[in-house]
Amino acid sequence: MASIHQRDLLLTGFVWSAAALVIGSFLWLLSDMLLQGAGQLSWDFLTAETENAGRAGGIAPVLVSTLLILAVAILVAGPIGLATAVLLSEFIAKDNRIARAIGMSIDVLAGVPSIVFGLFGMAFFSAYLGLGFSILAGGLTLACMVLPILIRTIEEGLSAVPDEWRKGAAVLGMSRLSALFYILLPAAAPALAAGLMLGIGRAMAETAALIFTSGYVDRMPSSLHDSGRALAVHIYDLSMNVAGGDANAYASALVLVIMLIIINNIALMLANSLLQKRISLA
Amino acid sequence: MSRSHVNKSHADDILRIALMSAAVLAVGVLLLILLFLVRESWPALQRIGLYRFVSDAGWHPLEGAFNLAPMLIATFAAALGAILIAGPIGIASAVFGRFYAPPVIAETFRRMVALLAGIPSVVFGLWGLTVLVPIIAKWQPPGASLLAGMLILAFMVLPTVALTADAALKAVPKQYLHGANALGISQAGLIFNVAIPAARSGLIGGILLATARALGETMAVLMVAGNVVQVPNSLFDPVRVLTANIALEMAYATTEHRSALFVSGLALMLLVVGLAAMAGKLGGRLHG
Repeated sequence: MASIHQRDLLLTGFVWSAAALVIGSFLWLLSDMLLQGAGQLSWDFLTAETENAGRAGGIAPVLVSTLLILAVAILVAGPIGLATAVLLSEFIAKDNRIARAIGMSIDVLAGVPSIVFGLFGMAFFSAYLGLGFSILAGGLTLACMVLPILIRTIEEGLSAVPDEWRKGAAVLGMSRLSALFYILLPAAAPALAAGLMLGIGRAMAETAALIFTSGYVDRMPSSLHDSGRALAVHIYDLSMNVAGGDANAYASALVLVIMLIIINNIALMLANSLLQKRISLA
Repeated sequence: MSRSHVNKSHADDILRIALMSAAVLAVGVLLLILLFLVRESWPALQRIGLYRFVSDAGWHPLEGAFNLAPMLIATFAAALGAILIAGPIGIASAVFGRFYAPPVIAETFRRMVALLAGIPSVVFGLWGLTVLVPIIAKWQPPGASLLAGMLILAFMVLPTVALTADAALKAVPKQYLHGANALGISQAGLIFNVAIPAARSGLIGGILLATARALGETMAVLMVAGNVVQVPNSLFDPVRVLTANIALEMAYATTEHRSALFVSGLALMLLVVGLAAMAGKLGGRLHG
């Protein structure tokens, strides 16, 4: 019995230390970000031009480029993702061979490393289609990258809509088109929004896929054909290639993480509101 | 749902065609990626050949030497080290959340891990470069090393292991646990002999998924591992992984050099996608 008791104690000790280690490292990372980044953070930092390769000044052009890249990615991936999700959840049976082939290729796409998306984007959008280093090329590359997360989240939202609603619509003689637009999509709206938010979050955190597609230029972009530096690329460049850039790298990292936390929380709230709706229906 | 005559309309046919074309586009992306990787790799595969990628005298692409082996070894070493660290700790922290922590702490802990999962790799890299590397440098210079790469990768993939393990443990049927408790089993016995075996495939799936992420990660390793092309003799040697090599050299690479980088990208993609597919089969898919 003593040995069993000892084993229990040992495991308890290991499990609690593992948790303490995870919490400790998290707080360490968080405190460094706050301590080294919060000092630089100000309204001016967000609204001023970058100066001296990013050592001085703010991140206004970088923020604008980031938003433009995101806008391109979401405007392209959103409709394709939505339509694919609707097809998979409403129009073909789950065990259908086409459905399985589509599903599998989406899962494979989700596993492709971001540097490979970068290589592809450079070879296809920048070189083959002649878009060069541009916000357009970067945004399109990210559109390919966020497709799987959009499709899977929206698909899950649609499959959570009770089947009675579809039957009800059919009984009323609604076409599937109107059932889709007046019943299914509104019912799954929180999942659509959550999917978009998750896609935006994933795209915003991306660096490797953007270095060779949207590039490094830190001037204010004047069109989608200009090269534009995303916030994540800015952090990379400041910390690796610019001596004395660490302080502003941390401040930019703090901005990035705060935006990501806000986006993730919105996604979580939207997903939960969908759950609430289902509970109140039951 | 079978389509009745009433709602079978012309608009529905158009809708179906529109949806199908979108799905073809979505599937087409994957095919395009493969097509372009092969297309760009082709010159190197033809003129250099696979064998020289592991037998040439080092990686000196400008002098026509294309040995990828040191970087392959570094890639595997860094990922292996990361998993050896993050695997046990990640599974233990999932066990903590499911079996040890009081509910309030468990929920907060889970949120914290989810938050950690959302932190961009470039931020991990920045922190590793400015905090972790100097600490290692004080102990064993130069600091930027295989060890730094392993640690930062471990930190990065830990949430993947913890979240998939948490989901796998949550899915263990409650009857198993109640039954074991009724038999008067010890806590350690419950976890090692009931919960973990029942959740095994999900746990392995999560580890495979984390391995795939570690192998495919670029920024964090690039920023902390030192980027010297060599087979490491110790944990403290600087190394360069495949992904970092692509990111560092693609900017100026031309002709065969450029094509060789695409070969390494293609190899990496096949490896990572294979692992992720295995993980998916075992149920280690991570949503969101």
